Amino acid sequence: MPKPLLEVQALDAYYGDFQALFDVSLSIEEGAITAIIGANGAGKSTLLKCIAGAMPARREAIIFDNQAIGGEPAHRVLARGIALVPEGRRLFPSLTVEENLLIGGQSGRPGPWNLARVYQLFPRLAERAHVLAPALSGGEQQMAAIGRALMSNPRLLLCDEISLGLAPIVIRDIYANLPLLVAEGLSLVVVEQDIVQALRAARQVYCLQKGRVALAGEASALTREKISAAYFGV
Amino acid sequence: MEWVNTILQGILLGGLYAMFAAGLALIFGIMQLVNIAHGDLIVLAAYIALLVTEALGLNPLLSLVIVVPVMALLGYLLQRGLLNRTLGNDLLPPLLVTFGLSVIIQNGLLELFTADSRKLQAGAIEVASIQLGGGLAVGILPLIQFVVAVTVIAALQWLFYHTALGRAFRATSDDQAVAQLVGLDNRHIFALAMALSLAVVAIAGVFLAVRANFDPTIGPARLIFGFEAVIMGGLGSMWGTLVGGIILGVAQTVGAKLDPGWNLLAGHLAFLTVLALRPGGLFPKVQQR
Repeated sequence: MPKPLLEVQALDAYYGDFQALFDVSLSIEEGAITAIIGANGAGKSTLLKCIAGAMPARREAIIFDNQAIGGEPAHRVLARGIALVPEGRRLFPSLTVEENLLIGGQSGRPGPWNLARVYQLFPRLAERAHVLAPALSGGEQQMAAIGRALMSNPRLLLCDEISLGLAPIVIRDIYANLPLLVAEGLSLVVVEQDIVQALRAARQVYCLQKGRVALAGEASALTREKISAAYFGV
Repeated sequence: MEWVNTILQGILLGGLYAMFAAGLALIFGIMQLVNIAHGDLIVLAAYIALLVTEALGLNPLLSLVIVVPVMALLGYLLQRGLLNRTLGNDLLPPLLVTFGLSVIIQNGLLELFTADSRKLQAGAIEVASIQLGGGLAVGILPLIQFVVAVTVIAALQWLFYHTALGRAFRATSDDQAVAQLVGLDNRHIFALAMALSLAVVAIAGVFLAVRANFDPTIGPARLIFGFEAVIMGGLGSMWGTLVGGIILGVAQTVGAKLDPGWNLLAGHLAFLTVLALRPGGLFPKVQQR
């Protein structure tokens, strides 16, 4: 097995007194799509936030490219090459689509992604470059959010619920683009409630349940029964 | 014609108020920080200008070359060293800390410069004026002040909408958490915003000190004028602060013309009227989502 790009080791996370993650360990392969599935409140988004530096974590709990980065501020994690597409898109509403993309590139990491490349990947965005972000449809907003993350030229792209609230045909479109990103050398983590979508796209799957890893394995080797057991805890 | 003249003077005065307001609007818009010490920082800038003009024998307007960078640096350090620590989900800590700062600045200035009124002397330019015909005349100095105010507002508006820094300011204002996720260091962005705010404060302070007498205690009243102009203008556009400042300036001069005692009262009434009719100000910020 190739050396993992990112390793999470015995990560605990808290919201005040409430513990959201318990001893979570997993590893993310380079150049592949890893899916993290689980029911509402299982801790999927919390895990991504810890990795991206938006929540505190023990330093050694997150190892990226052989360096302990847990608890580093988000802007420094981004500079290392980890970008997050947040749940619910969270585009900047008073910025135009193009400005939203440009701000993603402001960190100055070198790499292949720039405005032209993002517009090539998502031609709809080029047509709507100068409208304010809230005027976009849900699918276009999701493309812009992914584009904004790509503009920082990440090595690892964390996608939180990118299918949430979108029409099935739009979801299919967006997922069709993910293998193209992997072909560019990116590694992806997709967090999904939509299991079918996640299993189809990913090589490796982790299932979280109530803040713990309930199941891990190759997507092709997991049976429906095993997944439902891990997902619902029955 | 007398009334036209009054209104004209009010508009020119409004430029000064717009400069008071612009710095306040800038930091409130970006980091929801209500800077109670804003007025006292204006007065501090006036005293720094006083020191510079006395030490170097410069014209007060030329002293801006020194006062502006000094105040901007002070703003950056103040934000990085103190105010960033007070920011969070609660509006109260920054309010209390800047209130304390206001007391410290007033008493510090009182200790250093005594309670005597001071004024910056700009020389012959102070009494020079242009005849517009028909008995109308505008002073050169108020005119310069107004032109500078419009230039400052235009520059801020340009910076906000046409530069990478302005983009970062607007993004941080929209959503601080996501701004950090896309790689912006909030602490640095906030410090730059405060530096910019105090650079504008420096300009306002020098014009205030050339225009009239000042002493260490006049800060809080300047703060109120700034607030009123911000609220009347709304947080949607920097031009709003100019309009708010002009409304306040015109109301004050018209009030004073009717009865010298109505000067401040008329300004406050204009403010309350706008607040009652347009609570979001004349240029409200676009509602998010």
